[in-house]
Amino acid sequence: MSIKSITTGQSDAVGEQSAPPPAIELKAISKSFGLVKANHNVDLKVLPGTIHGIIGENGAGKSTLMSILYGFYEADSGDIFIHGHKKTIHSSRDAISFGIGMVHQHFMLVETFTVLENVMLGAEGGTLLNESSKTAREELIKLSKEYSLSVDPDALTGDLPVGLQQRVEILKALYRGAEILILDEPTGVLTPQETDQLFKILDILRSRGVSIILITHKLQEIMAITDRVSVMRAGTMVSERETVATSKNELAELMVGRKVLLEVDKTDANPAEILLEATDLTHEEGGVVLLDSVSLNLRAGEIVGIAGVSGNGQTQLLAALSGICPLQKGSIQIGDVKITPKAHYSPKEFRDIGVGHVPEDRHRMGMVNAFAARETAIMGFHEDPAFNGKILMDQKAIEENCTRLMHDYDVRPEDPSLKSANFSGGNQQKLVLAREMDRNPKVLLVGQPTRGVDIGAIEFIHKNLIKMRDAGSAILIVSVELEEIMSLSDRILVMFEGRIVGEVSGKDANAQQLGLLMGNAGNQKADLPPDEKNKDISNRKNDHSEEVAV
Amino acid sequence: MSSPSKTLPAWIDVGLIPLINITFAFIVSGLVIFIIGEDPIEAVKLLVYGAFGNDYNLGYTLYYTTNFIFTGLAVAVAFHASLFNIGGEGQAYIGGLGVGLLCLALDQYVPLWVILPLAIIVSGLFGAAWAYIPAYLQAYRGSHIVITTIMFNFIAYSLINYILTNVLIEPGSGSPESRDLLETAHIPTFQDAFGWFGIKIEYTPLNLSILLALISSVFVWLFLWHTRWGYAVRMLGFNNNAANYSGINTRRVIVGTMCLSGALASFVGINEIMGVHHRLIMDFPAGYGYTGIAVALMGRNHPIGIVIASLLFGALYQGGTELSFEISTIQKEMVLTIQGFVILFCGALAYMARPTIERFFFALTPKNQTVAAE
Amino acid sequence: MKKLFQTAAASIIALTAAAAHAEEIKPAVVFDMGGKFDKSFNEGVYNGVEKFSKETGIKYREFEVTNPSQREQAIRKMAQRGADPIVGVGFAQGPAIEKVAKEYPNIRFTIIDSVVDLPNVQSVVFKEHEGSFLVGVLAAMASENHKVGFIGGMDIPLIRKFACGYAQGAKFANANAEVYSNMTGTTPSAWNDPSKGSELAKSQFDKGADVIFAAAGGTGIGVYQAAKDSGKLAIGVDSNQNHIQPGTMLTSMTKGVDVAAYNAFKSAMEGTWKPGLHALGLAENGVDWALDDNNKSLITDAMKAKVKAAREGIVSGAISVHDFTSDNSCPAL
Repeated sequence: MSIKSITTGQSDAVGEQSAPPPAIELKAISKSFGLVKANHNVDLKVLPGTIHGIIGENGAGKSTLMSILYGFYEADSGDIFIHGHKKTIHSSRDAISFGIGMVHQHFMLVETFTVLENVMLGAEGGTLLNESSKTAREELIKLSKEYSLSVDPDALTGDLPVGLQQRVEILKALYRGAEILILDEPTGVLTPQETDQLFKILDILRSRGVSIILITHKLQEIMAITDRVSVMRAGTMVSERETVATSKNELAELMVGRKVLLEVDKTDANPAEILLEATDLTHEEGGVVLLDSVSLNLRAGEIVGIAGVSGNGQTQLLAALSGICPLQKGSIQIGDVKITPKAHYSPKEFRDIGVGHVPEDRHRMGMVNAFAARETAIMGFHEDPAFNGKILMDQKAIEENCTRLMHDYDVRPEDPSLKSANFSGGNQQKLVLAREMDRNPKVLLVGQPTRGVDIGAIEFIHKNLIKMRDAGSAILIVSVELEEIMSLSDRILVMFEGRIVGEVSGKDANAQQLGLLMGNAGNQKADLPPDEKNKDISNRKNDHSEEVAV
Repeated sequence: MSSPSKTLPAWIDVGLIPLINITFAFIVSGLVIFIIGEDPIEAVKLLVYGAFGNDYNLGYTLYYTTNFIFTGLAVAVAFHASLFNIGGEGQAYIGGLGVGLLCLALDQYVPLWVILPLAIIVSGLFGAAWAYIPAYLQAYRGSHIVITTIMFNFIAYSLINYILTNVLIEPGSGSPESRDLLETAHIPTFQDAFGWFGIKIEYTPLNLSILLALISSVFVWLFLWHTRWGYAVRMLGFNNNAANYSGINTRRVIVGTMCLSGALASFVGINEIMGVHHRLIMDFPAGYGYTGIAVALMGRNHPIGIVIASLLFGALYQGGTELSFEISTIQKEMVLTIQGFVILFCGALAYMARPTIERFFFALTPKNQTVAAE
Repeated sequence: MKKLFQTAAASIIALTAAAAHAEEIKPAVVFDMGGKFDKSFNEGVYNGVEKFSKETGIKYREFEVTNPSQREQAIRKMAQRGADPIVGVGFAQGPAIEKVAKEYPNIRFTIIDSVVDLPNVQSVVFKEHEGSFLVGVLAAMASENHKVGFIGGMDIPLIRKFACGYAQGAKFANANAEVYSNMTGTTPSAWNDPSKGSELAKSQFDKGADVIFAAAGGTGIGVYQAAKDSGKLAIGVDSNQNHIQPGTMLTSMTKGVDVAAYNAFKSAMEGTWKPGLHALGLAENGVDWALDDNNKSLITDAMKAKVKAAREGIVSGAISVHDFTSDNSCPAL
């Protein structure tokens, strides 16, 4: 196993595909799961040495397509050509042998292994580890140099920051001889700064001739790095564009199939009295401090956004503010009620005093996949006398409640008996929002309002949140989508390692500034070299070799 | 990732697929019967006749069915809360102890119509109490319910053994059994019941407890799908976090569900002690608690399915018994093997034939039924 | 009511001698839960009826029950099919035999190990306490430490009857003898748990016991192995088990289950079958101790004499061995 030296020099790949055959060509790929056609006659051409974006809403079939290419699934029909040769890919082992590497959304790394062990894993090349580990180390160092991907081979993988873990994934693919790299939603877990670094790495890889497929649903990433972009919708490839020749608005329209409003239309907030005041919330679990003296207040008529890389205490904050997790320290004042570790309120009691909660992960918490929609629509309110007779539940009232919610919140299909899992992500989210908003809560907590939601529904959800704000509710939004936070919030709090590390007014906020706060720059962790801390981010572009060698 | 949302029509899911599975089971069993040198067709005929052929055979089949409905429902109720109650055996045993003690205490003083309702309550309480401890340990101490309920089966066994050999045994008797219960504690058999209308049928252990089983099935159905408690149970079973989020006291639901499960299993004691043996004996649960797991699995944890699966298992038990009477080379091990195949194909391998049937079905249906992927 | 039978006790051994004209019989046997290969009681019956079948060429019907309600079902089924005689195995079948025997007064039933008071039922029980007494005598005399052990299978009255007779025998031979008694368990698995048997045996050896009587079915195999490994002695049960560990097996207490089953069929065939209670003790040769080539070196003349005396005492009534099941208590333990 070795890395073929690839001729350098960035070919003007975006031109005609005359001389070199495409690195990857998919022809008429179809794949069905039962009745669902995940891919239908999909064609794709990826030219060598380019970054090719694939964009589409959740469920458009992007991941299925890549899983076929990487050998997780076999297509029902269609052909795969690699560098002009027809190939059959039965397994990821085949894919790897054809020079395809994949970096998954969720890393496939063993956290208790060192970087070197992770890179070697599955490609040990012999029974005696010592021998091969020596050659592997040399190989790894060589690769790091060649692609400016430096990382300590002996560091414990679990200790590395997410950005570096991703780098290990990339190295792993290159170590296996990948010339074609698939990245599935690679920026989901990264701070804006880490995203910048990733893109720089991709840029270098491209310049060394690696072909890259970037799967994302974020328009700005497509615009920032790709050469060409293919748009998928409902299992089909609807269009292909040169990146320079398209725009965010056009791509959004292609994705959704109609014109969409990307900007949130809202007036200035008129914050009134404080509806919820949290003081000094601290939460510790297994020795890890998840919330560290968090204090905040929510006023009537404002939307407060919590920005932060996921895993910095947002989940715990929502759990505390909604009663899911009993308080350990601190207090929450809601109206006349004061909740303390001693005076615990259950989630039901929180609801009773006017706190609505749309959980971050609807599949994990906000709904029950196996429930009929009408059952999901009464979650948290199933003991409400309106839905109950003396002993038996009032099925008619439950049904009517769901029909009304579906109608008011445009949930489609309008079928209360349909299993919750069978709605699209957007409609599921609308159903959950409908349930929580319909009670007109004084305080509404919303985690990831539009995660996994298609653009059309995003627009609807945003509008309704603003409407609720204007009606006098206090809304707290937690989102990993910085853009969403910025466009919705009247006030933005930034969380880092369980603390609130900054507050910015919604109007003044910009991504760069928030990004720094989210990574808590200026108070960097010790494992970054000192010179990195003070570097001016905007100047980094030209200086690959050092930049990336963190 | 698009999760394939599989939607086969109900008649295929609950009708055709189980039928195919049973057919598979019989084919493989037939093969084994053929190997030992008997005629498989004849064996199946004997088995079916032995289970349904006349009032006598049917009576035994339905008697077993009664027990399986109780234990099947018990497993299913717990399963809806995502709890695996392996303790039906012990809960039935302890329930029977409660029934036995109550009857021994009262049969000389009060008539059946007083004893029976009390027996149902006491049986339920005993069974529930026996399930309460593992449930409490699971909910509040995190001990795994599978382990604890299994252990409690052994404890139940030892406890009853102790009570029978040391307390309830008749002096001078070598058998660890209580004294015979008086008529006031006998649930009428079907022979008695038919006799009231002047119809003569053969004696079988089948007794009016089967009505309790059917009532329990309706009760479980109403409870799970038509009450707020059942709603909470199912939500907990599907998604623990969602239940938490909805303000459901998950610990209380775990304990409550297990108690209900234990009470249902305990009714085996009513059938066995008051309906059949008319005294407290050893071994009366005879594995019905464990078979209940297979029954629930096969009945898809739905009361209707459980009643049907119970009937099937009852037929297998009784038909198998007749089979080994008729063909001497087919002994209890062979009957067990056939039962094992049915459990294997209908339970553990229930989904084996599904993909094929699915492909077949979708190949036959029009193409325009594409559903948007999630 | 059972006392009525005490007087009616007749020896089936004697009955076999009389060979009248053979009649056509359709014998049947219903084994109890545990099955005919339980290495214990059911298997004893199985061996007896097999022997009968081989000798006479007469086939018999059989059934192994797997749950309590099948006992009655199987016995009735046999009766319906015209089987005669029908042998039921084990005390648990008593009530079922009683019920079916009433329905079929012309069919002969034999119940082994239980008593059913009906004119067409023959009840065969064993005086295990008497046999156990004898091996208790041998154990106490063979013991150097004056400490002997008993390991039972499942803790039921019958097994305590063994233990109690054994303890009485040991104390009869040596008033200072100490008797340790353990039961393997309280579930049927206690009949077949050699590793537990071995553990219990070792712990009794550790306490100083040097002879152990195991009345525990398959569990006994573990006891015998442990005795051999520790260089101690063990006593077998039910059938002559001296051959299992020659040199380690002091003796075996034999119980004529097979003989009883054999005789039930045989006497029915010969027309000498008689209903009533047959309590088989030492006098009737229903229980005994085994002496063969495997253990003759272990048995001294003194032991033989002592056992002989004990036996004669019991048969004559000079020595009365307390039966645990008569009042569910044991004065010697």
